Amino acid sequence: MSDEKKLAIIATKGTLDWAYPPFILASTAAALGYQVQIFFTFYGLQLVKKDLDVKLSSLGNPGMPMPMPMPVILQAMPGMQAMMTSMMKQKMKKKGVADLEELRELCIEAEVKMIACQMTVDLFEFSHSDLIDDVEYGGAATFFEFAGESDISLFM
Amino acid sequence: MADFDQELDASGLNCPLPILRAKKALAGLSSGQVLHVIATDPGSVKDFEAFAKQTGNELMEAREDGGKFYFLIKKA
Repeated sequence: MSDEKKLAIIATKGTLDWAYPPFILASTAAALGYQVQIFFTFYGLQLVKKDLDVKLSSLGNPGMPMPMPMPVILQAMPGMQAMMTSMMKQKMKKKGVADLEELRELCIEAEVKMIACQMTVDLFEFSHSDLIDDVEYGGAATFFEFAGESDISLFM
Repeated sequence: MADFDQELDASGLNCPLPILRAKKALAGLSSGQVLHVIATDPGSVKDFEAFAKQTGNELMEAREDGGKFYFLIKKA
């Protein structure tokens, strides 16, 4: 299948908003016939945890549309992150945006290959049993083996 | 409207779900069979065109009626 197009993604973020781009692009590319690999490193490892529980924060993100104007100091109050996460999840559900877990499942079904960075797994003291079974482990050289012959490489 | 072999109602679903569901439905059809997709996501109009172009499946018809979008896709 050498004529198959290839997409390589590096996923480095572990928040709810940044969890979507890698899974949306990977699942769609797979549906279009691409062979896809995602390399999860640093906070991106949160996206391959068995317990997929990512949160949203408005802190350090002045671009986030707020239901009402709110001073930054209030956004840092206890409970605000949980509240924003739940509001965003409700909104996504209402708008028919895919559930994150469903999207990840669709990627796995479509044979998107997922690689977890062993170095950051060690750094964060995660164990392989914290991550989904579909994940493989490797390092930068593993990524380049695939990325080197990819048509598209994206860093997220 | 032309005949179809299977119908997929993707109403209320947003990008990329209509495409992913359509891909799954097409996998169950044989070559030459036609899938009818109903969607409400306005982005799906361009997306189904792009999907057909890249996968070789033929987009036989795309139309809008009362805020809904209807697509006929023939499996390659």
